[in-house]
Amino acid sequence: MTTASGHPASEEHVEQMVGNLLRIGVLVAAAVALVGGIAFMTHHGSLVPDHSVFRGQPAMLSSLSGVISGTLALEPAAIVQLGIVLLIATPVARVLLTLVAFAVQRDWMYVLISAIVLALLTYSLIVG
Amino acid sequence: MNVLELSVLIFGGALAAGLLGSLTGLGGGIIIVPLLTLVFKVDIRYAIGASLVSVIATSSGAAAAYVKEGFTNVRVGMLLEVATTVGALTGAFVAGLVSPRVIAIIFGLVLLQSAWQTTRQRVEHVAGGVPDRVATWLRLDSSYPTSDGPQHYQVRHVPLGFGIMYVAGILSGLLGIGSGVVKVLAMDRAMRLPFKVSTTTSNFMIGVTAAASAGVYLHRGYIDPGLAFPVMLGVLCGALGGARALPNFKTPRLRLIFATVVVVMAFEMLYNGITGNI
Repeated sequence: MTTASGHPASEEHVEQMVGNLLRIGVLVAAAVALVGGIAFMTHHGSLVPDHSVFRGQPAMLSSLSGVISGTLALEPAAIVQLGIVLLIATPVARVLLTLVAFAVQRDWMYVLISAIVLALLTYSLIVG
Repeated sequence: MNVLELSVLIFGGALAAGLLGSLTGLGGGIIIVPLLTLVFKVDIRYAIGASLVSVIATSSGAAAAYVKEGFTNVRVGMLLEVATTVGALTGAFVAGLVSPRVIAIIFGLVLLQSAWQTTRQRVEHVAGGVPDRVATWLRLDSSYPTSDGPQHYQVRHVPLGFGIMYVAGILSGLLGIGSGVVKVLAMDRAMRLPFKVSTTTSNFMIGVTAAASAGVYLHRGYIDPGLAFPVMLGVLCGALGGARALPNFKTPRLRLIFATVVVVMAFEMLYNGITGNI
């Protein structure tokens, strides 16, 4: 059975799931960042920022554990950063989903290829 | 100017960038860094961090629709993502070693190349011929929907495409852009994929490529939430609005306007990089 794109029905099913995952990931990430951003504006909106000098970010905003503990403490900047981490995690989740889909199709070469990409992304997100 | 006023202005600028990028099909990511550094006087490292985040948002949003319609070649995307993620990590690593001046100069040159690329005519490839050995082994040949039903196509020059993708990854990681122009170049020119498949598969890969370097930048403290938040939401809203308004716009004139903006920003980036005013 084939479809409008000519792809096998099993692949089309995976494409629908991948599309949904990407859409949900972006929406959730944007919603979290928006909530954090509104809280940030109400707390710090009247401060005068200076982005012309690079100082980096405190540990709370530059590590996964810092962002999570900051969010639990309801720190607005950490909630924005959680939204950004969720956004970065969306393509990572997409690679994981395609890996599983290739495994179901017993397409081991592409399971290996997806695993390499997933390993590189995980390394970047966790170790940096 | 306080945080609220600045955020509203940055949101507006990012909205315009997302709108133009979506209407012209060139992506707004490439003008976010010049916009933040030249207009808002933001340090280029913060600008790159915010730009990367916006690139992930728009590419994932757009890719969701294209992959469902069956234009995206998931196998080609997955294979080439090995090259772009290694490249992105290389680029992010190199970005920590070179001075912002060097990054500004490279950025200016990439902007010029992108503007030049948009003015070129594209040639649709003719299908047929002997199947490529590597592409057959990797089962890359596929089909895509057209008005006359599914159209089959063959993939060629896989190693060359893979090599160009590594360069695209480096540029993405170094400059905080999606480098869609280079990705399309690799798939359209080198690998002979149909243009629509090239652009949608490029979009599909941009999120993964940008995520690879965004992790590194997050740990390095380049991602400022107060800056990334208005940029990400602005570009996302602009891109969504652009996708809806697309049928009502004459794209050739818009492409010319966009290319002109890109050229002006290119010279400004080059000038600031050379004089050290960055």
